[in-house]
Amino acid sequence: MSAEQIAFKAPEIMIDRATHYCPGCHHGIAHRLVGEVLTEMGLVDDTLCVGSIGCSVFIYNYLNVDAVEAPHGRAPAVATGLKRSRKDKFVFTYQGDGDLASIGMAEIVHAANRGERISVVFVNNTVYGMTGGQMAPTTLIGQKTTTCPAGRCLDREGAPIRMSEIIGGLGGTAYCERASLDSVKNIRRAKKAIRKAFEVQQQGIGFGFVELLSGCPTNWRMDAVAANKRITEEMIPYFPLGVYKDVTAEGGCACTEHGTDSKEDK
Amino acid sequence: MSDNKRIFIKGNEAIARGALAAGLTCYFGYPITPQNDIPEFLSAELPAVGGEFVQAESEVASANMLLGAAAGGARAMTTSSSPGISLMQEAISYMAGSDLPAVIVNISRGGPGLGDIGSSQGDYFQSTRGGGHGDYRTMVLAPGTCQEGYDMMIQAFDMAFKYRNPVLVLGDAIVGQMKEPVTPWVPESISNYGVEDWCLSGAVGREKRLLKSLFLEEGALAGQNIHLQEKYTAMQAEARADVYACDDAELVVVAYGSIGRIVKSSVRKLRSEGHKVGLVRPLTLYPFPATVLEDLAKAGKRFLTIEHNCGQMVEDVRLSIRKYADSDFHGHMPGELPGSDDFVQPILARLGR
Repeated sequence: MSAEQIAFKAPEIMIDRATHYCPGCHHGIAHRLVGEVLTEMGLVDDTLCVGSIGCSVFIYNYLNVDAVEAPHGRAPAVATGLKRSRKDKFVFTYQGDGDLASIGMAEIVHAANRGERISVVFVNNTVYGMTGGQMAPTTLIGQKTTTCPAGRCLDREGAPIRMSEIIGGLGGTAYCERASLDSVKNIRRAKKAIRKAFEVQQQGIGFGFVELLSGCPTNWRMDAVAANKRITEEMIPYFPLGVYKDVTAEGGCACTEHGTDSKEDK
Repeated sequence: MSDNKRIFIKGNEAIARGALAAGLTCYFGYPITPQNDIPEFLSAELPAVGGEFVQAESEVASANMLLGAAAGGARAMTTSSSPGISLMQEAISYMAGSDLPAVIVNISRGGPGLGDIGSSQGDYFQSTRGGGHGDYRTMVLAPGTCQEGYDMMIQAFDMAFKYRNPVLVLGDAIVGQMKEPVTPWVPESISNYGVEDWCLSGAVGREKRLLKSLFLEEGALAGQNIHLQEKYTAMQAEARADVYACDDAELVVVAYGSIGRIVKSSVRKLRSEGHKVGLVRPLTLYPFPATVLEDLAKAGKRFLTIEHNCGQMVEDVRLSIRKYADSDFHGHMPGELPGSDDFVQPILARLGR
């Protein structure tokens, strides 16, 4: 009898069930990283999750935490209200690029700018997944989708929006990083980025944001390996990885520069 | 603020003070005339008692912040005026679909579109028919005085938590902007109706909780709609109306809110001149006090509905009395401020018929 050793185990926070995500989709990895970070930070019992609209609306089927469903794009507003009513809890949203960077642009920008003590996981796969592959605000120039069948045209549809650059430039943001899920090395880096975006909320110093470049093989009309390659070769050059804001490195707090009436004083 | 001395304040301030007396802990709003006194008052008074005040980036956001705070079990509210309330309908539908308690105040103004900033009752349909998408209702309370504005906030929070449903307080620019003596009071006890059994508080030693309005499984959405309809049926017991001088009346006037109160002055004047006219002033618009009106119709009364719009509540009056009578309608145009003299002739015309 050979001695079996389980070398790879999901944390308890993850609900053991068959995935509804397509083969090669990166939501599963992103969910898993969130679950691992919450577990390692000891936040499982204190976490309130705000789901959004899109494929990832079902995040509450995979994470064993309290959750509420937000209307399309409104998760940062719902999280604002939830956090204000439950200040001692850890509140995070999980949103795709159609939800966050198109219909929810006002809510994400203002929640970040207010320095809401919430954390946002932003999954950017350059396409509307659940509705069947339409053009997203992050769709790359030349990328073909069901609503830009000839490829996104800069002149007609405008340039893909770079969210981390926007969020990193806002006063209330304490941490903002863009990471990628295309390789083992980048996945390990993404986990650290998620942890930083979560820690600034726990430290009470501001808004935490992490963008994860992700694959959607089904709507990209390619296999999973080709999808990973596309992230590496096409997405990362346009959406550069890296830290866009980190007030902990600057030794500060996202809000103190704006006056003495910080939320911690109230 | 808790002493019971009479104070002379605007209706908007009475509403804000009533909310504080009802245990308000979270407020979210966006500036719009003619309700700005409410956020201005609460921006100072709510943090002073440890509450949260957020000026949102839009009415869309403030209504969704309300949804979030409701999920956390807070006694939360937002206030706005007609165009802003239109923007909130998405979140109100989600809150109704997710069984979340919340209070929304509409200090309504003229419409459609940008309309004007003067008073109007043009939002009756939007308020009483749900307002957003899907089969749902919100409870609707209609204050006609500043004191009722105060009192109905306490009632609104109680009803919201009792039924786990959004409750709308439908005032207008008249109620919001006029000043009257108000006697503040604080309820002896406040019940949250077991909020801790369903709100999000962290899954410690219990199953996780999920508050949602998405029901994809076979039969699940039908089940949710049956549950909601049962809730609205139970709500019918809360229907209220102010019935004035109807016993021997030949003609019953039906009017609500500020207009109901102005019509009361007209009715009083006509009574002093010997005319047999009475008034039914619905205090709840949903549930609508249909039984009160039906009983009066059964007794042989004639009806005239007066509104500050082009004819909306009159449909509910007609539905209520349809087996026995019909109702005439007199509409005062949005954009014009009515006085009690404006309603005397329309009432006399129906009386003399």
